[in-house]
Amino acid sequence: MAATSHTGNGQFPDAGTPVQFTRDEELTAYREMLLIRRFEEKAGQLYGMGFIGGFCHLYIGQEAVVVGMQMAIKPGDQVITTYRDHGHMLATGMDAKGVMAELTGRSGGYSRGKGGSMHMFSKEKNFYGGHGIVGANVPLGAGLAFANKYRGNDNVCLTYFGDGAANQGQVYEAFNMAKLWHLPVIFIIENNRYAMGTAIERAAATTDFSRRGASFDIPGEQVDGMDVRAVRAAGERAVKRARAGEGPCILEMLTYRYRGHSMSDPAKYRTREEVERVREERDPIERVRRRMLEAGMIKEDELKKIDGEIRSIVNAAAEFAQNDPEPDASELWTDVLLPA
Amino acid sequence: MSEVRFGQAINRALADAMAADESVVLFGEDVAAPGGPFGVTRGLLDRFGAERVRDTPISEAAIVGAAVGAAMSGLKPVVEIMFMDFVTLSMDALVNQAAKARFMFGGQYALPMVVRLPHGGGINAGPQHSQCLEAWLAHVPGLKVVCPATVADAYALTRAAIADPDPVIVVENKSLYAVKGELPESMPNVTIGKADIARPGRDATIVTYGAMRDVSLAAASALAKDGIEAEVVDLRSLQPWDETAVLASLARTHRLVIAHEAVEAFGIGAEIAARMADIGFDELDGPIVRVGAPFMPVPFAKELEARYRPDATRIADAVRRTLA
Repeated sequence: MAATSHTGNGQFPDAGTPVQFTRDEELTAYREMLLIRRFEEKAGQLYGMGFIGGFCHLYIGQEAVVVGMQMAIKPGDQVITTYRDHGHMLATGMDAKGVMAELTGRSGGYSRGKGGSMHMFSKEKNFYGGHGIVGANVPLGAGLAFANKYRGNDNVCLTYFGDGAANQGQVYEAFNMAKLWHLPVIFIIENNRYAMGTAIERAAATTDFSRRGASFDIPGEQVDGMDVRAVRAAGERAVKRARAGEGPCILEMLTYRYRGHSMSDPAKYRTREEVERVREERDPIERVRRRMLEAGMIKEDELKKIDGEIRSIVNAAAEFAQNDPEPDASELWTDVLLPA
Repeated sequence: MSEVRFGQAINRALADAMAADESVVLFGEDVAAPGGPFGVTRGLLDRFGAERVRDTPISEAAIVGAAVGAAMSGLKPVVEIMFMDFVTLSMDALVNQAAKARFMFGGQYALPMVVRLPHGGGINAGPQHSQCLEAWLAHVPGLKVVCPATVADAYALTRAAIADPDPVIVVENKSLYAVKGELPESMPNVTIGKADIARPGRDATIVTYGAMRDVSLAAASALAKDGIEAEVVDLRSLQPWDETAVLASLARTHRLVIAHEAVEAFGIGAEIAARMADIGFDELDGPIVRVGAPFMPVPFAKELEARYRPDATRIADAVRRTLA
């Protein structure tokens, strides 16, 4: 796979030749991204109302990354990520109710109220977390890919992490091992330009993260992570390569988070204008919406209907998450180890 | 029944587990072609192939992290970290990932992985290749920690660790690898968490594990010449540890000494002493005395290291102290 674009300064690459989506594909992408957006907005509200405690990292702005990648994989492929994980869970098909109820720490949450925002998991959907230690999920992703290779299936593991995690040492140990053993793993670096409150230029000696595998001969590509079509196209190239036994690659998704690092972050390290400019020019959902309308693929009222459907899914999740019972006190003692 | 070395018993346990279950794979530095730094994995590459017996890069964080990922997907990785000192580099994967997976993912996943950690041993290996850090791991909810002292237990506890659905740390004392002992042809399954009475006695209890079992037995023999009958309890498992067996022994002897090679301060002995001072208070007729290494790094020079490691004289003196 050729590295198609190395802008090297973290700017969004030129769109190049656009990859066209069919109407169904545009609609799928739109729905999935909108679900994440509305879910996260609701989570933000519930946090503000005190229903969600602890940490809560919203994915708003980055939706095209997980949705595009999910469109590039098949059942049985695994997904693992760090703590900004609600979008990944919804994209893998996990139930919005179970995710929201985990945010509110209820017994119907995916981890029965013991994991919280950063730690959810679904065996059924092949979602392997939800990890709170920055970069720690990267060797785990290599291990999941090892299991695929060992079993002789052609599944791949999507291993997501951020520009901040890309400066952790264990990431490079995992890169070396993945390349050495030709593991079917796609390293997806979601570069949203800020490692918590520190801009990439202030945290990274080199900010072209697609080249971080160069020493291991791992190919990398910078992708417009605000364009779901570009994401899927890059994802398909990477996945095809990994399924064919050609080993790992890096996809650096140039993206942007509209909200602070977490709910407690007022994001004073960047200007309001910077955020507004991305929202107006690059918003991944608005781009699909506009495209469909301009191409005459869909009418406003049909879009409104979809918006309404998404809102009712999210409202039902919020309702459930506020009314589901708290975990029973006896749950404190369960699932530490299997009882002897 | 055959006589084998401690390291060979572990080798046989690994081989039998691999033959019985294709999901068992070995990861570690120099474990395949070189057969392991202490020869424990010798011959396994030839028998099971390079897919299952894997030499890894020198990347302890990624080795254990990859094992966690593989275990999440149902494989049973057995990792060797060459020296326990190097587990510091894999603590994130062990403490934050392996130990918490079952709990924080709502019980959906077990993590059937084993990490083998050679510790201690008095082999002149210096401050960064000699430590006994098992108390760190026993302090973490979600990990099990075993430490075999005999050839038979080296086999049995390794098999039990691999069969266990949760992450298990197997601590192996380097001074024991060459020790010979009897290994029955057919070993009964052992339960992790059960202690063994290595020597019965009525006057005092010595609770110990790993290489200090033999040292404690030597102390007990010396004490017997003076008419003092010490009971030696080999814990075998440190997390969980057999509180019932220790309390029962204390109820027989009313005196308690705890001996281990790790530094005394904040160690396994401290936990046992605290528990027995609580639930065994009425049984105690003397102070609980701990014997461990002094609170300092392990020295290199042979003479210094010999003074550093607990020996039979110190353990016997501790028993006399609690009887005084």
